[in-house]
Amino acid sequence: MAILSKEEAKKIIDKVLAFSKADEISVGLDGNRTGNIRYARNSVSTSGETTDLSLSVTSVFGKKSGTSTINEFDDASLEKTVRRAEEIAKLAPDNPEYVPMLGPQQYVDTNSFAEATAAINPDYRAKAAFDSIDPCVKKNLTAAGYMEDTAGFSAMGNNKGLFGYNKATSVDFSITVRTADGKGSGYAARDYNDSSKLSTASATEVAMQKALSSASAKALEPGKYTVILEPTAGVDLLQNMMRSMDARNADEGRSFLGKKGGGTRLGEKLFDERVNIYSDPQNLEIPGSPFSGDGRPQEKVMWVENGVVKNMSYSRFWAQKQGVKAIPSPSGFIFQGGTESLADLIKGTEKGILVTRLWYIRAVDPQTLLYTGLTRDGTFYIENGQIKYPVKNFRFNESPVIMLNNLEAIGKPVRASGNLVPPLKIRDFTFTSLSDAV
Amino acid sequence: MMPAFAMGRNVSPEAFFEKSVDVAVKKRLADAALNAAKSKGASYADVRIGRYLNQFVTTREDKVQNIVNTESYGVGVRVIANGCWGFAAVVDASNEAQVAKAAEDAVAIAKANAKLMKEPVQLAPQKGFGEVSWKAPIKKNAFEVPIKEKVDLLLSVNDAALKNGANYVNSVLFLVNEQKYFASTDGSYIDQDVHRIWPIFNVTAIDPKSGKFETRNALSAPMGMGYDYLQSNPSDKLTGVTTRYNKGYDMLEDATAAARQAKEKLTAKSVEAGKYDLILDPSHLWLTIHESVGHPLELDRVLGYEANFAGTSFATLDKWKSKNFQYGSKQVNLIADKLQEGSLGAVGWDDEGVNTKKWDLVKDGVLVNYQAIRDQAHIIGEKESHGCCYADSWSSVQFQRMPNVSLAAGKTPLSVDEMIKDVKKGIYIIGDGSFSIDQQRYNFQFGGQLFYEIKDGKIAGMLKDVAYQSNTQEFWNSCTQVCDEKDYRLGGSFFDGKGQPSQSSAVSHGSSTTRFNGVNVINTARKI
Repeated sequence: MAILSKEEAKKIIDKVLAFSKADEISVGLDGNRTGNIRYARNSVSTSGETTDLSLSVTSVFGKKSGTSTINEFDDASLEKTVRRAEEIAKLAPDNPEYVPMLGPQQYVDTNSFAEATAAINPDYRAKAAFDSIDPCVKKNLTAAGYMEDTAGFSAMGNNKGLFGYNKATSVDFSITVRTADGKGSGYAARDYNDSSKLSTASATEVAMQKALSSASAKALEPGKYTVILEPTAGVDLLQNMMRSMDARNADEGRSFLGKKGGGTRLGEKLFDERVNIYSDPQNLEIPGSPFSGDGRPQEKVMWVENGVVKNMSYSRFWAQKQGVKAIPSPSGFIFQGGTESLADLIKGTEKGILVTRLWYIRAVDPQTLLYTGLTRDGTFYIENGQIKYPVKNFRFNESPVIMLNNLEAIGKPVRASGNLVPPLKIRDFTFTSLSDAV
Repeated sequence: MMPAFAMGRNVSPEAFFEKSVDVAVKKRLADAALNAAKSKGASYADVRIGRYLNQFVTTREDKVQNIVNTESYGVGVRVIANGCWGFAAVVDASNEAQVAKAAEDAVAIAKANAKLMKEPVQLAPQKGFGEVSWKAPIKKNAFEVPIKEKVDLLLSVNDAALKNGANYVNSVLFLVNEQKYFASTDGSYIDQDVHRIWPIFNVTAIDPKSGKFETRNALSAPMGMGYDYLQSNPSDKLTGVTTRYNKGYDMLEDATAAARQAKEKLTAKSVEAGKYDLILDPSHLWLTIHESVGHPLELDRVLGYEANFAGTSFATLDKWKSKNFQYGSKQVNLIADKLQEGSLGAVGWDDEGVNTKKWDLVKDGVLVNYQAIRDQAHIIGEKESHGCCYADSWSSVQFQRMPNVSLAAGKTPLSVDEMIKDVKKGIYIIGDGSFSIDQQRYNFQFGGQLFYEIKDGKIAGMLKDVAYQSNTQEFWNSCTQVCDEKDYRLGGSFFDGKGQPSQSSAVSHGSSTTRFNGVNVINTARKI
């Protein structure tokens, strides 16, 4: 059984801690069962399921640290792992940035485990694939999709009294539907903790509609356009920005949050005042882990408030050096939105481009957070509040910082890749060339 | 695509010296799996017994940040039953019963999935090779070099960068050793020992007054070599506007140059957007080859098996069948090669027991072939696999992966200086940078590490904010000159990603410096 209860996990961790001869020891115990099914050309190509249970021991002498991992749980193996971590630590050079382990912590309760997801079996996966392939076959469309489900737990403990335990489940589904002549392509993606919220049929229906309506796209001149980024499109750029909010890089002057003349842009208004981004491990739509990898509690944190940078993430070393609270990076973020649906945003647009998905996004300039990438799987021209016709895909070169200053409207957030992201209407989004890709 | 790296369990460096499982034991385990598969009704089976070792030494400035040693050992069994593939794997397998169970599971999965299969797997015939072995031709096993020597090297590299004007520097040494045993019902028992090394760094120079910063990455290449790659000889160096390296890398020298160049970039001229003739160094061009030639000619992509993730390909079967699809100009000869010494893709046999080879993909500019494995060969009318099947772990299913794909050197003697002399308005680009390409591999954009303006046949100074955009066919047809073999070098990556769940593969791409005329260059500077 790969998912141990809190008591079972604590028993093993305590046993491992008792073997320690080091100054400090921390133990991580993780287990999961993960399964997947993949299909293409309307046929299942691969499917599998694996279970894993592994224990990781980090031993520390002074500022020397060593880690050892094992997936056998008899007493002799556990003790051997502790001894091995200690040997590695003794051989390691001093880490001048080492910070002593945390003592006992208070963690919030999160609701990240769903029984329905944990119960997924090969039959469920085959049915999920069938529900997606079958409607495509009936309409002479070609489906390629992937579903992955995971149920697991994560526990950690150390000899300073820290103990944490969390169970979590997740299911991720994505589907690309192409027309038989290859001239149209549509996409949809869904992710949940609770698989009872997932309908592969309804997600596939969205991708089918996009495939059918995107065929034979017209070419528009590249340039600056008003765009509506669906959450599936906007999330990637926003996620890249959120991952760049590390305080040390900003303090060192090598981040978009570094300031001319030194210092950081913490407290500066960097975005449109309607931009509010926070994280909350207890959010019911995107429940996350109650603790970070090094045992720090995850709490509700405001990252951007009314367009002002309110917080940056810190390593424990850097926070100690700067004398501030060591806020860990969040697992997901919530971009506060309004009440308008995607359809409402389209209705309110005189001229613009609807973007389903962005693809192959890569950093061009870390100084300005400039990214390049392309639209994909459903790009449409909007006129007088209506989708008029499909357009050929564009390459963009744009910074999320500039984008969030050119904000026209924010819709109602939905879950996308573990975050809550609204559809965003942006003016002057920069498309630099056309792509022939479908 | 460059995803995260497959890892194993953490071990002490001493574990690397522990001998792998004896070949006789591996054969016994393999036979147990093959027999179990056959007895359950498999028409074909193969077994991969793998021990994967990794070492990463990570530093910044005067500090060692991390030393990670990992080992992963297990057995993967792949079968065909009822015309369908099935796969199962078992960690730390030490006895026949464990691997036989995995084989039985693989057959059960194949039979279950066979119900959803549209047409049965057609496997190109492959003769068995009996008991054979292959070893990477390394001179010095990097895993046997003491950690202290590696740490000292990286810290001296960092020191050199800091002394020459860098404000920050990170350096890393990646080492990989794949000890792979393959056996199949075709009668092959293949033992292979693969080594890879990749030393890298990144230096940052900051101008606090303006708040601007610039970086420069190492001009090293990941290689299928041992620690000998870090023992550079003068003959491995190509001097010029900056020193570039062939089969031996002088990390200290490159870090010194990098720090000076990162500083120089702070005040370099911002490029004026427009059309330029591009002179692309092999340290840059490898990535353009990878994205615009390597990926579009993967047959599984062409057929639609990657449609939901990496995408499909513009290089469709009808273009190949026409025998006149002009992928590039006449100067363009692109070759797939799993034999090239020192490359990341070189092995004796691939992960389905096919002996490796070399074949043309684009000949005199015309598309002539794809990359295909055993269950794909019949689709392009070939009688045997190209030998480019790979799995990144014993626990991953093997599938078609990119071999080394390289641009052949020019046949006429031509040096870089001679090439530049003829350019009126151009940019010389060295090192790889930002990269992005669409899902059918038409439209791409690439950055770089170093950009030099060429005016009337001479280098006129450093540029910054440069990226070029083009379309694959247009770009390769704008190729007018390729330097000769004296300039030929390899670039590559450990992290080519493909598949769901994603797998990593290491691949090299060789070329000589090459000229492309009239390519669209954009200026990437922005204000926030």
